Order: sequence, then structure tokens, then C-alpha cells
Amino acid sequence: MLLGAPLLAVVATLLISSLLVVWAGAPVGQAYALLLEGGFGSRFAWTETLTRATPLILTGLAAAVAFKARLYNIGGEGQLYAGAIAAVAVGGLHGGAGFSAPTWVLFPLMMLAAATAGALLLLGPALLKSRLGVDEVVTTLLLNFIVLLGVSALLDGPMKDASAMGWPQSVAIADRLQLSQLVERGRVHTGLLWALALAPVLWALLAFTTTGFEIRAVGANARAAGFAGMPVAWVTVKVALLSGALAGLAGAIEVAGRAGYVTLDMSPGYGSSGVVIAMLAALNPLGVVAAAVFVAGILVGADSMSRAVGVPTYIADVIVAVSLITMLIATLLTQYRIRFDRS
Amino acid sequence: MTEPVLQFSGITKRFGALVANDAISLTLARGEVLALLGENGAGKSTLVSILFGHYRADAGTITVDGRPLPPGNPSAALAAGIGMVHQHFSLADNLSVLDNVMLGTEPLWQPFSRRAAARAALQDTAQRFGLQVNADSRIKDLSVGERQRVEILKALLPFGRRRGARVLILDEPTAVLTPQESESLFATLSQLVAQGLSVIFISHKLDEVLRVSHRIAVLRAGKLVAEMPAAGASKAMLAQAMVGRDVPRVVRVPTPAGAAALAQTPVCELRKLSVRGAGPWPQLDGVNLALRPGEVVAIAGVAGNGQQALADLLHGLIAADAGSVTLAGRAMPATPRDWIAAGVARIPEDRHAVGVVGDLPLWENAVLERYASPAFARGGLIKRGVVTAFAQRLVERYDVRGTEGAGLATPTRALSGGNMQKLILGRVLMTGPQLGRSAGNTEAGDADATSAPLLIVANQPTWGLDVGAVAYVHAQLLAACAAGAALLLISEDLDEVFALADRIAVMHHGRLTPARPVADWTLAAIGLAMAGVAASSELADAA
Repeated sequence: MLLGAPLLAVVATLLISSLLVVWAGAPVGQAYALLLEGGFGSRFAWTETLTRATPLILTGLAAAVAFKARLYNIGGEGQLYAGAIAAVAVGGLHGGAGFSAPTWVLFPLMMLAAATAGALLLLGPALLKSRLGVDEVVTTLLLNFIVLLGVSALLDGPMKDASAMGWPQSVAIADRLQLSQLVERGRVHTGLLWALALAPVLWALLAFTTTGFEIRAVGANARAAGFAGMPVAWVTVKVALLSGALAGLAGAIEVAGRAGYVTLDMSPGYGSSGVVIAMLAALNPLGVVAAAVFVAGILVGADSMSRAVGVPTYIADVIVAVSLITMLIATLLTQYRIRFDRS
Repeated sequence: MTEPVLQFSGITKRFGALVANDAISLTLARGEVLALLGENGAGKSTLVSILFGHYRADAGTITVDGRPLPPGNPSAALAAGIGMVHQHFSLADNLSVLDNVMLGTEPLWQPFSRRAAARAALQDTAQRFGLQVNADSRIKDLSVGERQRVEILKALLPFGRRRGARVLILDEPTAVLTPQESESLFATLSQLVAQGLSVIFISHKLDEVLRVSHRIAVLRAGKLVAEMPAAGASKAMLAQAMVGRDVPRVVRVPTPAGAAALAQTPVCELRKLSVRGAGPWPQLDGVNLALRPGEVVAIAGVAGNGQQALADLLHGLIAADAGSVTLAGRAMPATPRDWIAAGVARIPEDRHAVGVVGDLPLWENAVLERYASPAFARGGLIKRGVVTAFAQRLVERYDVRGTEGAGLATPTRALSGGNMQKLILGRVLMTGPQLGRSAGNTEAGDADATSAPLLIVANQPTWGLDVGAVAYVHAQLLAACAAGAALLLISEDLDEVFALADRIAVMHHGRLTPARPVADWTLAAIGLAMAGVAASSELADAA
């Protein structure tokens, strides 16, 4: 039961996507073999997949915790960029020198700034929802565009790296604030450990604490939770802060673990993929890790598949998107039993 | 006797170890109303679901007009002329009556809707059975009784893929109706059977079963335990057959020192309370009421006359626009938490939507109101051991059943209405007035209340429950009162009001008559007050 829906969804997704592979004129078996090999088939593939999985775990957790309380945060992308910008603002201004503070002060400050930026970005929609009943799907979704345009303005304005030869690119954070590599000859960085540590923390928060109980109760039946004396509006705000902070952290960790600066193509839709991952994981924080690795593997594997058999890399986005739809359907279907009619 | 329209032969259905239906054989004659009587969980719904093809029987067959009905096939049941009206309506609120009866009748590939034909069929059927509705009204503008009429019409209408039901199953049809609407339903039923239809009437209300049916079949624990003609059956007989023992009749013995109770200081006082309403009259209009320890005050009235606002106010959900509410001499803010902390046991009208979080397990719902109290949590961590032990005691003490499979982890939505209500009762009565009193004492025993709540505010506490569960709920409420709690009982069930109350007040258009001792009321006087005819001043003169 626990794995039924996700497995069903993945199988259905691969079947549906194979139609597109055929359409692109490639042999399905070979294409999927290449996809798998490119994502999980070698040491290099694994380091790349885990590098991709790092922000995806965090945005997946952000979506999962918010959805658990029925706060549909579709704004992970915007919160991720807000976190990235905040990280650079703390750790990268003044020509990369940062504030003249020791690393052990500056690094937490940078992460805190990123988490706060993400949290504050979601606070508005959460308050609008709990006070005025404004649909948070609309507000968070639209905020993504506002944030991206704002980031674009910053990258061409006050945060522009003058030495980047005209590219819209922010200044870099100080070298001493960068996350170190986890393995030799691979891009995977210690941010992965952060993400892996946060998943069980969030799981325990939901399962064992009063706050987690409130989140689950408000999500399952807000009226009953309110009747029983739970502070429904405050729970929504708490969840928004938590969810936004996680997505903001994803941005900061991506900056600190990868390029060190912000560009407009820094995230290939990590925020929205987080929604898919949360759904694939059935909103279970531990499942988010597995789902994020799966999605990252497909994204990475699609690159090498595309090079070898000429299927466009968009196939990866299609697979991820279709898996969201099949997961939603599979979740519905697992509530039924298959029965064969003898008559 | 005429040839049976419908025949169940040896229907057996098991769910794991539970035998929901045990070799049930029953027949239904043309033009007959057969009442299916039984407590919650007796197997009534299972039997009907098998008939309707939602479940497949493990053994036994069903024949309709002498032909076997293919099992597990709802469309075959529909085609055989079996129609069902569920307790919870399946109507689209924003569509018209005509749209609703047409929904699902036409194939998807048919290019145009045959609205004119549907309208003609609807008018014809409505005429034939005396079920008048306006085909163009939107469902959301209809009363509950009218909505039910639409559901019945939907089942009866021969249009498109539907042939029109000849056997109509009504599942607890009066649970949502006012007495007047119930009367009109009964009239409809007699018209239906006069035209040769057969009706299966599922209920656990003895009065109406005796009133409308020709024959009564009683189910208990999956077995058919009695089958008798309605003529000659008595309530006592049926009740005993239903529960398998004599039903303890709960009758309130007025407090011996009634006068002394009246002299006591009220625990809760409402003074000139008003709550504005969206309709033509305020939801509450200058309501005065005093509740004293150990007494039961019942609020009678037709649904929708402000009872909900009064309950919401005393549940801490809304604030009054004018007037004051004091509890133990303290003005109360409109937050549920403060009311719980002050020792108010609150029983909401809608158990499913408001009383419990259905998706969460039973043990978590047992502490839904007190999860953060020092007895159940420390440092933000829920003491799972203490909570589950508390839930286990609650299940045992309040006889909550339906936890055989998953135990305390059973999702609360899986409980029957009666068991859900027992869970809520246990939650509010076992926890008492000690939330927030952090004694630093964290032993398991402290999770239980040592004293009764100050005040119990129960809104329709036995709505939709079977006889056994009703008696149980009444007994628990009265026991809490005997221990010193004041009980405010809001009920539309006059039998309940008279059985439990020390004093009765009647609500009409947001106004409340003075609460007078039960002895001062006659049924006629209450009826007049419910209709708003008798001004409270006249009553005062009469008293």
C-alpha cells in the first residue's frame, strides 16, 4: 500500500512517455536503458544525480509540509530565488569580501537570511489566505514571476557582477562561505548532508510534536481542528514560515554548493519539481528523499539519452510532469481493489 | 399475498472476521413498505449495498420479479428498477432541479441534451406521484425536504438510460427532516405504494417505522432476528428485538431539591445576547438564560431559529454582537481554547465535520482538545505512551467499538456515528476542567478528570444515533449532571427534551422564551412557542 501508488505511477509514466520516445524516432528500450544509465549507471552519474537531488529534496520538503496543512505553496521557485539572493546579499556583497565577520558567524547568518527571505515571501500569501480567504495557489504562483523579474533587475543592477562581461550574474559569495565537495571529482557537495538531515527532522516534527499534530489536524479537517481549540490561522502561518524557509534554504545551498553566484537559469524549475516530488512521496518527508533522487536521476539521465539517441531533453520534463498526473490518479486508484467479474 | 417483487435468499456477507449479513432471506411484495430496522452496524446498509451492487454477497441470491439479479453490478440493479435515496443527498447545488435529474442519464456522445423531453418526463412523474417541485429552481435554494423530493424524483424518473424505479430504497430518510417535512414524506410514500411501487424504508426510529410500514424486518448483528407485520407490533417489542435486551429507558428524575438548585448561583449566565443574522431576523435577539450546576436546560425549537448561533457562542466559536456571557463569573472570550480550559464540555452538532478529524487515528482524536496540556505533552513533544493509554481507557470506559482491526490506530472516520459520539463524549467528559492548570504533575493518571465539567453544551447529541446509543449518551450526560455539571441541551427532538430537561426554553426567530420547569409546559404550548405564536409574555401570565 505504502509503495503501491508511487510504483504504479512511475510505471504508467514510463509507458506514456515511451510513446513520445517512439514519436521522436528512437528505440524505446535503448532510450530508457540510456536514461537509467545516465542517471544511475556510474559513479559520475550518481554524483550528478545527487547534486541535482540536493535542492530537490529541500523544495520537496517545502511542498510536502505545506501541503500537509493544505497550504498549497506553488511558489517554491520564487522562494528559492529569494533565498539565493538573500544568501548573496549577506555573503557576497562588498566585492565578495562579505562583512568583516568570521566564517562561523557569517555562514549561519547567510543561511538564516536565505531561510528568512523564503519564509517572508510565503508569509504574505499565508496571511491573505487565513485572513481574507485569498487562494494561495494563485498568489504563490504569481509571486514566482514577480520574484524572477525582481531577481532579473537585481542581476542587471545593484547585484551585478562587473567582471562577468555583461552577463546578468550576481556577485559571488566569499570563497570561505562555499560548501565543500563531498567526493573527489564530482560536484556533489555537503549541502546534500543538510538536505538528508532535514528530512528526518521534518518527519519527526510531523509525527511526534504538538506542532506536527496541529499541522496534520488542520490539513485534514480545519473546522474540527478549530473547534477543538487549535489556532488554525497561526498554524497556517507557522507552516508557511517553515515551508518558505526550506525553499529559501534550497536557494542558498544551491548557491553555496555550486556556482557561488546567482544567475537567472540557476534553477531549472526546482521549485515546481518540488511539488511533484512531494506528491510522489505522498507528502512523507522520508519519501521525499527517494522521490527527489528519482526525479534528479531522470533529469540527469535525459541529458545523456538525448546525446546518444537524439530524443530532446524535454522528455525529462515531460516524464516529471506526467508522473505528477499519474501519481494523482494512482493515489485515487489505490483506494479501490481490482475485481474480476466472473459473469 | 401478491407475488414478491424482490426476494433475498440466504444473503451472507463477511468482512474479515465480521459477518455483516448472515443468511438473510426476505421478500418484498408489490405495493408494500418494508421497514428495515436495526442499530448502527446491524447490517442494514450492507444488505442494501448488496442489492444495489456495491458489494457482492459471499453467498445467496437476489431475484427481482423472479429473475436473478447479477451480483455486484449497480447498472443491472438500476436496470431492474431499483432506486435508492441516500441519507446524504447527491445533488449538485448550483444546478437546477431539471439538470440534476438529467445528470448521468444521457450518453456522452449524444450531441444535444434532450431537455424538453426530460422536462416533460419530470412533470409527468411529479404529477403522477404528487411530488411537486419547480424544475427550474436551483438546488441551493430548496429546503431539505424539497431536496429529498428531488432525490426521490430522480430515482423514479424514467428518462434516458434510467427506467424509473419500481423498488425504492430510502436510507434514514427522516434524519434530516423537520416533523412537518417527515409528514409530507409519509404522505408521498403512501401515494407511491398506492401506485404499485414497493419501498424499503431503512430507519432506527421506532415511531415512524410503525407509522409508515406494512411489514417490519429487524436486523441485529447481521442476522434477521424478527419479521412481523407492523399492525400489532409495539415499540417495546421492536426495541427489544433491535438491541437484544430491554432498552434502559432514561427518564430524568427531577432533582429532589429542585428549589435548592434554583437558588444556587448560576455557573453560566447569558444576558441580552444578540447576534446579527443575514436573514430577516437576528440569529439571537436579546437572549437571557442562566444555567445552574446539576440542572438540565433544554432549548427546543424548529431547526434554523438561532440554535446554531447559540451553540456556536457557547462553544466559543463566535462572539456576540451585544450582551454578555459569563462563565463562573468571568466574561468569556470567543476562543474555543478558553472555553475548554474553563471546563466546558462541548458536543457539536456535526460529529463528522466538526467533532473529529476523520483522517487521523482514534488515539489522536481522543486528545484533540488537550494535546498541548502538560498531561499529554512536554516541551512540544506529545507523550505518545500517555496519550495512547488515555485513549485505551476512553475506549474501554465509553465502550467505543469498531476498533477490532487496527485498534487505537483506526482512522476515526471508520467509526459508526454512535461510536464516534462516544469518543467525543469520552473526550469532553474524561478531560474535565484542568487544561492549562499545569500542576507539573505528569503521571498517567492525571490525564483523567477527577471532577465533572462545569458546563456541558450539547447540540443535537443524539442526532442520527440508534436506540442503544441514544440511551447511552443520555445516561452519560445525566451522570455528568448528577456530578454537578450544568447541561445545556439543544435539541429538535421533543421526546429527548421532555425526557431529560429540568427546564425548557423555546427558540423562535432568535428569541428565547424564559426557561420554565418541565411541569409548566404542555406539548401544545411548546408547539405554539416553536411556531412563534405564543408570545413569551402570555406564557409568563399563564405560569
